[in-house]
Amino acid sequence: MSEVLVLVDHVDGAVRKATTELLTIAARVGEPSAVYIGTGFQDAAATLARFGAVKAYRIESPDLTAHLVAPSAEALAQLVERTQPAAVLLASTADGKEIAARLALKIDSGLITDAVDVDADLVTTQSVFAGAYSVRARVSRGTPIITVKANSVTAQERPGECVDEQFTAVISPGAMSARITGTRPRQKSGRPDLSEAAIVVAGGRGTNGDFGPVEAFADTLGAAVGASRAAVDAGWYPHANQVGQTGKSVSPQLYVAVGISGAIQHRAGMQTSKTIVAVNKDADAPIFELADFGVVGDLFTVLPQATTLIEQARG
Amino acid sequence: MNIVVCVKFVPDAQSERGFEPGDHTTDRFGVPGRLSELDEYAVEAALTLATAGADAPTGEPAGRVTVMTVGPPAAAEAIKKALQMGADAGVHVTDEAIAGSDAAATSLVLAAAIRRIGEAAPVDLVLTGMASTDAVMSVVPAMLAERLDLPQLTLASQLSIEGGTASIRRDGDLASQTVTAALPALVSVTDQINEPRYPSFKGIMGAKKKPVQTWGIADLGLRADQVGLAASATVVESITPRPPRQAGQVVKDDGDGGRQLADFLRSRKFV
Repeated sequence: MSEVLVLVDHVDGAVRKATTELLTIAARVGEPSAVYIGTGFQDAAATLARFGAVKAYRIESPDLTAHLVAPSAEALAQLVERTQPAAVLLASTADGKEIAARLALKIDSGLITDAVDVDADLVTTQSVFAGAYSVRARVSRGTPIITVKANSVTAQERPGECVDEQFTAVISPGAMSARITGTRPRQKSGRPDLSEAAIVVAGGRGTNGDFGPVEAFADTLGAAVGASRAAVDAGWYPHANQVGQTGKSVSPQLYVAVGISGAIQHRAGMQTSKTIVAVNKDADAPIFELADFGVVGDLFTVLPQATTLIEQARG
Repeated sequence: MNIVVCVKFVPDAQSERGFEPGDHTTDRFGVPGRLSELDEYAVEAALTLATAGADAPTGEPAGRVTVMTVGPPAAAEAIKKALQMGADAGVHVTDEAIAGSDAAATSLVLAAAIRRIGEAAPVDLVLTGMASTDAVMSVVPAMLAERLDLPQLTLASQLSIEGGTASIRRDGDLASQTVTAALPALVSVTDQINEPRYPSFKGIMGAKKKPVQTWGIADLGLRADQVGLAASATVVESITPRPPRQAGQVVKDDGDGGRQLADFLRSRKFV
């Protein structure tokens, strides 16, 4: 069976959830091989093995981590050359998509981004034009390179042995021209990461700048907090939490839109959510067209009531 | 400083967007088009940089901004808008062979055109938006950097240029990075970087006199089989309109809206 390369998305060895989902997809297609760039592999090894990685290629050179994107694409191209994989899978993050883009040119192969599903025969499903259409496509030349959105599949554990080996990539000077000279981690909110969360509660203009009820409701559900562009532009919530065309694109199991009217730019970032709930004062808000369940009412009374009841039910 | 801004003419997101029935490409004719909103930030960044280098006594900007697009004849609208905002010149690459080009082929055409612009005067900076508002792949900037062998400074929410070195802030999922490179470089900018200006009356009048060159792929030394649908390395098998979401239940809050919300979440096992 052919190998399927999965580029591991991690923070110093902490494997991000999207990677475990990629390993699950890889197992449909062939034998999952993890590609681990950076230090901290020993912390990641157990997770990779648990989710079915049969092999892991470690690339530890600081040449890769000290420069933006280009060296990682170069290393992957060399690994593709050596392993002749059935496909290369990456997370649909900014880095993942840009690495995929450069790799596609290097190995003259087709690229599909933002897949929400990948079949065993590598036919992909994408959701386009703000979710108005579903597109099925496949790569017709070279080694398929596919980036997959987080939460597209449920990661399945397939515990086994993972054999790791060091891979030495040769990085050209040209690939090291954009140097990362500083990194400032985001402030931790204590809540799940927005792009990976199973539940997202997002607030918009209707909050009037008071995200208190939104955050309290999110916490009782163990959810991440998102914000509409209107709320971010007003300075009520950080841009890192923006959901929509120019923010994050999320597809959680449950998306709760609070005080968000549902402009096309916002829908583009959340329309693939499995279940959508809306709370809005305006019965005509377009968000209700998408909602599986909606409450027309004041978020400042509806949310606290729901929060209290859920907390009581939990005891 | 010689700056090239790459822009795209896209179907307006406020209209009903769709596909050509025959070949599954984006319908670029049946819907009103516009300069991609996200490219306005790149135009603004270029104009700011060009004026920042202005020589005060004469008021002559030290930078020259060329706006370039690859697209059908109607895409001239996108160039016009950028010229009205203040760009100095336009290049429109248009050719029937280009229709249906994927990101890789588009980047091939853009790269060839940037090289050609560079023949007249070396290009110091290539600027792009963060994504187009139609395909939203966000991969053309990285591909362009790869093809032109330029340092890639993408998704900049801040950009500064000093002494021939460009520095950006890139806000990622988990961290904010500072990335630095020597010019010439490719920079893509996000909607956080600035507030694009509206064309002034003077800008609108002045735009009519600004030079716009129109090139076909032969002018760029490219062949028809290198671009368009034929060159694409992916095939669309099917396109299905999303079934309208089953009308959900919408209740009016008469004092127990929160309770109904909690009940719904319990019934769906989210609680």
